Amino acid sequence: MVSQLTPGERIAALITLILLAVIGLFMAAAGRADPLGAHGFVVLLSSTGLIFLLLSKSNGTPPDPARLLQYYDDPTKLGIILSMIWAVFGLFIGVWVASLLAWPDLTFDAAWASFGRLRPVHTTSVIFGFGGNALIATSLHVLQRTSRARLPEQFSPWFVLLGYNLFCILAVSGYFLGVTQSKEYAEAEWYADIWLVIVWVVYFGIYIRTLARRQEPHIYVANWYYMAFILVVAMLHIVNNLAIPVSMGHAKSYSAFSGVQDAMTQWWYGHNAVAFFLTAGFLGMMYYYLPKRAERPIFSYRLSIISFWGITFMYMWAGSHHLHYTALPHWVQTLGMSFSIVLLVPSWASAGNALATLNGAWHRVRDDATLRFMMVAAVFYGLTTFEGSFMAIRPVNSLSHYTDWTIGHVHAGALGWVAMITFGTFYCLVPWMWKQERIYSPKLVEWHFWLALSGTIVYVFAMWNSGIIQGLMWRTYNESGTLTYSFLESLVAMEPYYIARAFGGFLFLAGAVVGSYNIWMTIRMARGVPATPMDDLPVSRLAPEAGE
Amino acid sequence: MSELHRKLERSAVGFVVAIIFMASIGGLVEIAPLFTIDETVEDAPDMRVYTPLELAGRNIYIREGCYACHSQMIRTLQDEVERYGPYSLAVESQYDHPMLWGSKRTGPDLARLGGKYSDAWHVAHLINPRDVVPESVMPKYGWLQRNDLRIDDLGAHLSAMKAVGVPYSDEMIANATNDAFGQTLPDSDFAEGVSERYGEETNIREFDGDTSRVTEMDALVAYLQILGRLTDAAYQQAAGNQSSQDQQAQSQQAQSQPLGSTAK
Repeated sequence: MVSQLTPGERIAALITLILLAVIGLFMAAAGRADPLGAHGFVVLLSSTGLIFLLLSKSNGTPPDPARLLQYYDDPTKLGIILSMIWAVFGLFIGVWVASLLAWPDLTFDAAWASFGRLRPVHTTSVIFGFGGNALIATSLHVLQRTSRARLPEQFSPWFVLLGYNLFCILAVSGYFLGVTQSKEYAEAEWYADIWLVIVWVVYFGIYIRTLARRQEPHIYVANWYYMAFILVVAMLHIVNNLAIPVSMGHAKSYSAFSGVQDAMTQWWYGHNAVAFFLTAGFLGMMYYYLPKRAERPIFSYRLSIISFWGITFMYMWAGSHHLHYTALPHWVQTLGMSFSIVLLVPSWASAGNALATLNGAWHRVRDDATLRFMMVAAVFYGLTTFEGSFMAIRPVNSLSHYTDWTIGHVHAGALGWVAMITFGTFYCLVPWMWKQERIYSPKLVEWHFWLALSGTIVYVFAMWNSGIIQGLMWRTYNESGTLTYSFLESLVAMEPYYIARAFGGFLFLAGAVVGSYNIWMTIRMARGVPATPMDDLPVSRLAPEAGE
Repeated sequence: MSELHRKLERSAVGFVVAIIFMASIGGLVEIAPLFTIDETVEDAPDMRVYTPLELAGRNIYIREGCYACHSQMIRTLQDEVERYGPYSLAVESQYDHPMLWGSKRTGPDLARLGGKYSDAWHVAHLINPRDVVPESVMPKYGWLQRNDLRIDDLGAHLSAMKAVGVPYSDEMIANATNDAFGQTLPDSDFAEGVSERYGEETNIREFDGDTSRVTEMDALVAYLQILGRLTDAAYQQAAGNQSSQDQQAQSQQAQSQPLGSTAK
């Protein structure tokens, strides 16, 4: 990784790391009486570690200029590995917290190991660790291929990938230490949030500079989605995290917003984190890898346009459906509900476009578990968006809100759609990246597929059952006109479903472990074996520009 | 339309501008008015701010992720009002930076928890929930009783809250540490300042039963005992809804029994 960097890039990396180390030292000193100090050490240690790596691997010789004739894929490779590590870690914590709801004493008598602290560790590890790394890795791959241009330089992709993982580590270690803003899916505190903004600006810079170098007149659909993901997540992140820290020596901050305004801002963020992180980004993935794997062109260009702009415009209105019947003004609830229902149109346009693309390739879906992962992901995407629109209807929401039904809905999306499309993509991408003809074991891909699918189904059915039972028990009246069930009775009724849910999660985790092994063995297979001939190369910058 | 789009997708900058424009509209229409329309948040002249100890307790509630399983938002639904008490008003969380409305009820709603149980019950329940509620799946929080509360920096916390718009006076900020101490020691000289600054009805008690020190348990229980009791606007409104004949009399009655009838 270091040997490919030019001397200029090595110096840029060194300066950046030294600056970061100084910031870490400052945080450690200012926050010595606070968890902020511990995070100072995390920053200091990770930057000095990288400085050491950089210096020990730098031998002064400039890299081979022939590298410029190829795409730059090293950050993508590391991104895939990091993504799988986060997946296994995050899913493991998920199974643990799920088990705690069935067996509450299955933990240590320590603050870090209690449900309330572990739960954001699970959500952040899977959404930002697993999902985010997968998005960064694949976006850099797709961006270069669809632009037929190499990344502009080799420093900023490393800055984005490693900087992003530093954010994830700060966030997750913070929750263990009790550092949290309590805003769901935006729990990381102010200094980690500022760092993410810096990383994100550089990420956007890579995108726009590579697009400026593109050798194709049109920007491909997948890039529309990746760009929407980058831009809108930046908007959401900055606005929702506006806060005033207690002092420069405190990790704790107070949100700029309060009460009803804060609730609306939070769910404008929360719902659109789902929309632009977990949907738009992964649709970008789907629009590139699914047609590639199926060897079929996208079914309809027109549908792509409709669904892209529909999603970009309408999702931003839908957040208030998280606040039905609350102290949020009624007109905002009604707007949120209405847009949530209409949102089904662009959502199903995308899902339908993906499935129609498979026409003529269904025999491959049958034989190839990798493509089947992507097909099932598109089906779950369609099902989950339908369920989401349904649950946004106010009277339906009166039953489903605050119950496990919501958790089931989220996991149908997260396991069935986001994780499945990612695994399918990785099984495509890993052999390409490590220049192998195929994955180490197609049979293990098959195992992974069935473990993931059965785990998702067990999980979602368990949560549908528990959620609807909960919702009904809370609102059941007896003949004398009083509530039939105490809250506790509704909790006791959940136990079998909580056990089933933990089991479903365990199956899904087992699948991810099998997948990681398979990917790891493919990478090992690549050692020593001659690379297959390269047929994907950027258009040479030296050659006369064709086309335009 | 296709022709227009073909043009747009040839320009990276144009595409970026189009995405930002399209994605901004929803938020601007839905969020910006919430800050400008006066009726969004009701008036509650009796509303008080959190004491430093309660604020510290609230921060522990946040730190431990209690909001992941407990909501603080009673919806305008018959069964919720009967189970938990009058539905939540926007004004009740106007000093909540951030709000803790929550999104999931693995445990019950806590919006009207204050005064429902004794301090001793809360302490026992937090140390081991299954000692008092055998079927509970709540985690144990024994370390709250073992940890001393950090109170030396509470003034800075109040200043930050003031910076985001909560009306803390300079006097409150200057005395924050003493007030946290005083609220757990009713017999000390510091106790008087607490009721002077935050009102006669402020709970001043040895919340965790241990007078020798201020623990995180003290702070969390102090916070739990104030939930839903910073203002009685919700009870007044509920009384007004019950009988619209004589609202004046109803609200006076509600005031004469401040928060007396707690949620079932």
